[in-house]
Amino acid sequence: MAEIKNYTMNFGPQHPAAHGVLRLVLELDGEVIERADPHIGLLHRATEKLAEHKTFLQTVPYMDRLDYVSMMLNEHAYVMAVEKLAGIEVPIRAQYIRVMYDEITRILNHLLWLGASGIDLGAMTMFFYTFREREDLLDAYEAVSGARLHAAYYRPGGVYRDLPDSMPQYEASKVHNAAAVKKMNENRQGSLLDFLEDFTNRFPGYVDEYETLLTDNRIWKQRTVGIGVVSPERALALGFTGPMLRGSGVVWDLRKKQPYEVYDRIDFDIPVGVEGDCYDRYLVRVEEMRQSNRIIKQCIDWLRKNPGPVMADNHKFAPPRRESMKQNMEELIHHFKLFSEGFHVPAGEAYSAVEHAKGEFGIYLVSDGANKPYRMKIRAPGFSHLSSLNEMTKGHMIADVVAIIGTQDIVFGEIDR
Amino acid sequence: MMEAQALQLVESLLSFLGLWELLRGFIEPAWHVVWTVLKIFAIILPIMGGVAYYTLAERKVLGFMQVRPGPNRVGYWGLLQPVADGLKLLCKEIIIPTNSNKFLFLAAPVLALTPALAAWAVIPFDDGMILADVNAGLLYLLAMTSLGVYGIIIAGWASNSKYAFLGALRSAAQIVSYELAMGFALVCVLLAAQSMNMGDIVRGQQSEYGLFGWYWIPLFPMLVVYFIAGVAETNRAPFDMAEGESEIVAGFHVEYSGMGFALFFLAEYANMILIAALSSVMFLGGWLNPFQGWPVLGELTAWVPGLVWMLGKMSIFLFLFLWLRATFPRYRYDQLMRLGWKVFIPLTLVWVVVVATWMQTPWWLW
Repeated sequence: MAEIKNYTMNFGPQHPAAHGVLRLVLELDGEVIERADPHIGLLHRATEKLAEHKTFLQTVPYMDRLDYVSMMLNEHAYVMAVEKLAGIEVPIRAQYIRVMYDEITRILNHLLWLGASGIDLGAMTMFFYTFREREDLLDAYEAVSGARLHAAYYRPGGVYRDLPDSMPQYEASKVHNAAAVKKMNENRQGSLLDFLEDFTNRFPGYVDEYETLLTDNRIWKQRTVGIGVVSPERALALGFTGPMLRGSGVVWDLRKKQPYEVYDRIDFDIPVGVEGDCYDRYLVRVEEMRQSNRIIKQCIDWLRKNPGPVMADNHKFAPPRRESMKQNMEELIHHFKLFSEGFHVPAGEAYSAVEHAKGEFGIYLVSDGANKPYRMKIRAPGFSHLSSLNEMTKGHMIADVVAIIGTQDIVFGEIDR
Repeated sequence: MMEAQALQLVESLLSFLGLWELLRGFIEPAWHVVWTVLKIFAIILPIMGGVAYYTLAERKVLGFMQVRPGPNRVGYWGLLQPVADGLKLLCKEIIIPTNSNKFLFLAAPVLALTPALAAWAVIPFDDGMILADVNAGLLYLLAMTSLGVYGIIIAGWASNSKYAFLGALRSAAQIVSYELAMGFALVCVLLAAQSMNMGDIVRGQQSEYGLFGWYWIPLFPMLVVYFIAGVAETNRAPFDMAEGESEIVAGFHVEYSGMGFALFFLAEYANMILIAALSSVMFLGGWLNPFQGWPVLGELTAWVPGLVWMLGKMSIFLFLFLWLRATFPRYRYDQLMRLGWKVFIPLTLVWVVVVATWMQTPWWLW
């Protein structure tokens, strides 16, 4: 009798469902997975090492490039760690802006996840629907920072600048004539906050649209219910955080458990799953989008009523205003020092974590009192999720591996760092 | 009759040139063959054109369903896009993997396309407008549509690639199980029409009640089963796991490029159009006017040629193919098999008995 061997298959790194550069070595028995062995490191950019050679401010843009679909959340963890080390007090308005942009980013991330895992399971149309909404949010990014993706908007001590009073407008072109452009600009007539308020009013309707297509769809349920089940105990043991952990029914959210910024003043709920399968994680993320929408609404209300500074006035850490810099010697010196040498933080260490869209994203900084960190360690949620891939996929079929990679919401920028 | 008329036309044309007496000995004996070849071209060329523009229609319809414009750069409204795509594929290098079986690798696309085109021989486009009016038309169709899977299996095997092999295996299992449901659905049609001749099946649906005389009413579950099985047979979403873009990349044709790939593509779309044509012939009365025998509408539409009705009915099914693709996620392989074996086959078996019994009662009105 012929020797029966398992079928070994290389899945990725050039694979449509590999979410970037995941390389899996699959051991198959027919179509059933015996072993899934993730090989990582194809997107390693040595962010941690680079940070040791950059001033504290120069590292901020590197944070955008970690998890490149939730940029400001990465920045947030980093600037919070720096503020903790240096003991900087952040103005309350900046804290609200950060919370608002954190939630915008969370929606951005979940929209991309929903579209991508939809397309992984063959629901192609989801991708285009979610990208329609992402466009508005990326415009909000652009309005405030000038960049659609890599914002570098959060700075140690606050945010780069206050919210703009006007939104950029579309201009007529070959593709869109003046009438079409007028319609596209309709919700861009007021300030950024007006634009976002309009979005938050429309967004629940969009989420209903997604749910109509997927939530009760028999095929969607067949593809996700009972797939990649993780028990609450295993989820904790595997180091899951974020929607992956909440999907298994563990009530854990840093925004509630260790409130940072102004999350303790804001009213929102934490959705939790029951079964711990792909379908529950899908429901958790969809509900998180609705909750984020609620948080954005509350932030908009507060930000409208309470103008104020958005940057700490301690000019040892935060750059001075440009006008005062032109008239005042001391401010000029501050500016020069900040953008050449950078600021020094006291020796010590700090860990700060945010409830990232994917889980707990933490930055651990060790400072020896210099203008650069002695060591920076990034705690990326995707890394521990990916390490559970073998356990989650064992006994499932190839098509389910795709569903599980989708549900883990993997982004290689943060896993490979 | 048309054959003789055409011969006369050729005769008068050649007599005018003074060549008829010279060529008569060659033309008259071969005329039947020449005429058949002409008819084949008259069917194949529009199908190829239909395939090309169906791809454009697909991209446009998907585009509108997905809030984007679809192709609009090549030609006005993207109308030259299929031409550009065809030219591109024609100019691309055909890459043959080193470890593949070269003969089978090249034969597979041909094997996929041939049955898809051959099946058209027995499709009636209008009363009498049929290439081969054979009495076993339905059997011939079943045979031809089942042959298509050989192209896929051979392509997957000959490529010597793991992804292609998985795709081929999936496809083989899928087509074998859905062929059964499809066959039983056709048995119901056969029972109702009491003929396997495609023209007779359409004529059996003729009545003074217009569209209420067609088989879609008594055989409605079979129409649904047949169309879904047809979607599965043509490897279209949501049953496209033989290609399974996001799982096994492109399945059986992952190693193909250039015209090899284009032939698979043509076969897939020709099959889709074929399924649409068959569904309209067997359940929606083929070339028949839906308002036939109705007081006002029937008279108003009496002038419309049967071909127009036929194409209109096909378009409905072709649109359904695209609509399904835009709406549904993809089935998993084992779920697809479960649907085929545990839902469709029992349902069709029951319905065969129901129709057979029903036909013995006075309540059978078709």
